[in-house]
Amino acid sequence: MSPFPLPLDAMFGHAGAYFIYMLIGFAFGYVLEISGFAISTKLAAQFYFKDMTVLKVMFTGIIVAMVLIFLATGLGWLDYNLIWVNPTYLWPGIVGGLIMGVGFIVGGFCPGTSLVSAATFKIDGIFFAVGGLFGIFLFGETVQSFETFWNSSYFGRLTLMDWLGLPTGVVVIGVVLMALFMFWGGEQLERIFGGQPQPQSQRSWGRIAGVATLLAGALLVVVVGQPTTQDKWVRLASEKEALLSARAVQIHPGELLASLADDQLNVILLDVRDEADYNLFHLRRARYLPLNKVTATVPDLRLEAGANTVYVVMSNDERAATEAWKLLVAESVPNVYILEGGINNWLTVFGHDDPAVQPTPTPPGNESLQFIFASAVGDRHSAADPDAHHYELEYTPKIKLELKRGASGGGCG
Amino acid sequence: MTTAVVEDPKRRGWRAVLWGRAEKPYVNPYVGGALLGVVLFLSFFLTGNGLGASGGLNRYVVYLQDLLAPEHVDRVAYLLKMAGGDKNPLDDYLVFMTLGTLLGGFVSGWQHGRLKFETNKGPQISVRTRWLMAFVGGAIMGYGARFARGCTSGQALSGGAVLSAGSWAFMFAVFGGGYALAYFVRRLWN
Repeated sequence: MSPFPLPLDAMFGHAGAYFIYMLIGFAFGYVLEISGFAISTKLAAQFYFKDMTVLKVMFTGIIVAMVLIFLATGLGWLDYNLIWVNPTYLWPGIVGGLIMGVGFIVGGFCPGTSLVSAATFKIDGIFFAVGGLFGIFLFGETVQSFETFWNSSYFGRLTLMDWLGLPTGVVVIGVVLMALFMFWGGEQLERIFGGQPQPQSQRSWGRIAGVATLLAGALLVVVVGQPTTQDKWVRLASEKEALLSARAVQIHPGELLASLADDQLNVILLDVRDEADYNLFHLRRARYLPLNKVTATVPDLRLEAGANTVYVVMSNDERAATEAWKLLVAESVPNVYILEGGINNWLTVFGHDDPAVQPTPTPPGNESLQFIFASAVGDRHSAADPDAHHYELEYTPKIKLELKRGASGGGCG
Repeated sequence: MTTAVVEDPKRRGWRAVLWGRAEKPYVNPYVGGALLGVVLFLSFFLTGNGLGASGGLNRYVVYLQDLLAPEHVDRVAYLLKMAGGDKNPLDDYLVFMTLGTLLGGFVSGWQHGRLKFETNKGPQISVRTRWLMAFVGGAIMGYGARFARGCTSGQALSGGAVLSAGSWAFMFAVFGGGYALAYFVRRLWN
């Protein structure tokens, strides 16, 4: 598994992790200050094309970080699944962005820069920061009246790669080129509107070196590529195959039943059988998720994963479920388990109350349903949701919640 | 808190340490941007999270609300998530990142001789107007930042670098909103 992001809580403890965040925040504030972002007039000049510092700093920051991030994920050092990619709520994002643009030009800051401004005793920065707190308060008090819109046009973890249908490297190069073009355009505008001189020639070697480094980095992202699910599994295989053969992740139906009844756990059931079998019989609240859709669902699964979320995959026996388990584990979904013996075993344990459900006379081979249902009952069957209090089953508990690693809900969560 | 005048030539002791450093120019914006990019990368690389500011501020606000009106917090779903029951809204990494941002800004301002009680404004408006506009703009910004689920740092910068589609749409909306209104409020800045 990629070593980064680090499991901060496990390595440094809760307080230690917060200390690291504070150091990162420190570096952030420091860099904003040395770039001149404490001065409202400098920031506002962006909108009159007189001083394009905001554009230059922001987009240089974005493309430098982007190239480094996708190099690190390409080389397998950093796990893209574990980093926070802001989920897309398209229209609330656009409306909020427009409101913020208005706030920016009226007030002269954005929230981060106003903090730095206030920290260097700029009085307008302090007023802005206090105003910001008031606006945040107002939002918390009014959001209930437009909650439907606020949660609308939700696309989950949608990336530019998904949206454009292009490989990561191509998007990275495109964004770098776009930013370079904007820098060029920005400097033309500065010259026209801001009366700023031509960039000094002695600096031009530094500029060429910077541009060349960025383009080389972006090209390297294309060459290195991004690991596929298969690549990720290969990297993990030796460690995880051991768990499979030690049967450390196959949980007994009794443990699943107990976990479903446990309020402390959020158990998500993933049924990877074909639609016909799923319609014949499935566990209550089990989601129909055919094997070929597993990888595509990973971003959504990760988004809803809390510290107490447990995923249980199931098929008729264990074969398809194990395949799904491998895919999910390779994509770093935490706390994934397999239902031991699959649906067949489940029905053997919980289905015997119902005389209508009979085992097939001759077992029709592997990975098929070994019970006969008169009609497709779906989850309208007592075995789909057995009462945990009726069963005293013996099993070895295997579910152990992993400490959460990586993103914890976003930069502005 | 002292109100020491910056131009006072006879500052001594800690006042000299705090205010007495010579003012230095800002770095080249591309150099500043590259450093910002490295910080942003390190944030993602080490923690999995990007940079943020408004989320941390949000939690300070909710903390105050929870102190003053805990029952109210428990009735509003949006606040409940952060401070419901015995949940402490300050128990969040953003709170510490925000604290660090303040410290980092302060230390850099001190180191480069830029700690100064001053109000930056356009030449045509009074200091009081500027303060009022800063407060109003801040309130609009704070409202919009929560509306968009992130501010310029948390959405545009962080989401932009990891290529979130929504963050890019958001980023153009911020610039669009700013440019659309800039002409009408040009008296504020020019």
